[in-house]
Amino acid sequence: MNRMDNALTLLGLASVAPSYGYDLKHTYDRYFGINKPLAFGQVYATLGRMIRDGFLVELGTESGGGPDRRRYQTTEAGHARIRDWMMTPDVPSGALQSNLFAKVVVALLTDADAGRLIDLQRARHMQQMRELTKAKQQADLMHVLLYDHALFHIEADLRWMDMTSARLDAMKADLK
Amino acid sequence: MTPILEARRLHKHFGLTHALRGLDAVIDPGEIVAIMGPSGSGKSTLLHCLAGIIPPDEGEVLLSGEDIGRLSEAERSRLRLTRFGFVFQFGQLLPELTAIDNVSMPLLLAGQSRKHALREAEDWLDRLDIGDKADKRPATLSGGEAQRVAIARAMTIHPEVLFADEPTGSLDSLSAEVTMNLIRNEVKAAGTTLILVTHDPRAAAYADREIIIRDGRASVDSRVAA
Repeated sequence: MNRMDNALTLLGLASVAPSYGYDLKHTYDRYFGINKPLAFGQVYATLGRMIRDGFLVELGTESGGGPDRRRYQTTEAGHARIRDWMMTPDVPSGALQSNLFAKVVVALLTDADAGRLIDLQRARHMQQMRELTKAKQQADLMHVLLYDHALFHIEADLRWMDMTSARLDAMKADLK
Repeated sequence: MTPILEARRLHKHFGLTHALRGLDAVIDPGEIVAIMGPSGSGKSTLLHCLAGIIPPDEGEVLLSGEDIGRLSEAERSRLRLTRFGFVFQFGQLLPELTAIDNVSMPLLLAGQSRKHALREAEDWLDRLDIGDKADKRPATLSGGEAQRVAIARAMTIHPEVLFADEPTGSLDSLSAEVTMNLIRNEVKAAGTTLILVTHDPRAAAYADREIIIRDGRASVDSRVAA
């Protein structure tokens, strides 16, 4: 759930402007593929699924061209899916940053409200912190330590969100 | 249920800075609400407007449905003395007074007898487990103890609303936890509404909900979201 969603991230990148699959793969790798670039096969399989689901359409297929000669344009349903993905906070977990990072980058590239998506995630984290804090107040000391461990991890996420929020303008300038 | 506090389209400028930009917020009686947001987002300005310490340039603050902007400065001052309590980051105790004298001060200012004020103050210090510090001056107290005195001072008048501005900001993690536990337990027992401004998510987690402020507006209000 909280792992970075490659398919939606790719759709998000495609929603910036109509793009070739080749360019989408390279844009993806530049932002997110440092450790694990996407395989071309995975890119085209994903784009095919997105067409099937009505999130993308092909534009101006050149005759005789392979899949890399096709441009992909995001449909209204595709834009709606991306907005829904970005503005739906994830359940806090250790793997959160990768998905949240992808959402923030896509939001900045598409001029969506990156600050608000961070605030929505912050509120989701705070909900979990409240639940853990309440449980901790009833717990014995050994379990208090376990709750502390969980709380400090959530707090680390929140601090990362604070820093990211403070750097949004600089990130946006960097991405343009 | 009439909200105990309601901010309607608040605007506040400080020179060229537009600190509040049409902020709306609703707080129900007995709630603990954390106001969060980055530095400069307007959260302390909101607290000061809600508490009648500064007037908004535009918009209204309603206390139990009554616009406090229509009150005179003397009436707002009386409001802060009799219906609101305040806890700040550094306690802001009067350094030349003992703990018990600090705690009894709001009752004396509200016209209570010295005997009654001292008895109430003693009860509150005992309740917060610092009865043995009654005769100590603030400089000789630890940060956590000083903050407990500040809580006792704020609660001794049985405020309808307690405003706490970064109450754990100068405390270590464990003292912060003890302080937040105390504040939560005491305001819940008294039915007092708590408005908590904080950077600290662990302190905010003691609230029932949060309002996240960004650029002078409520970016996320979990009351609305719920």
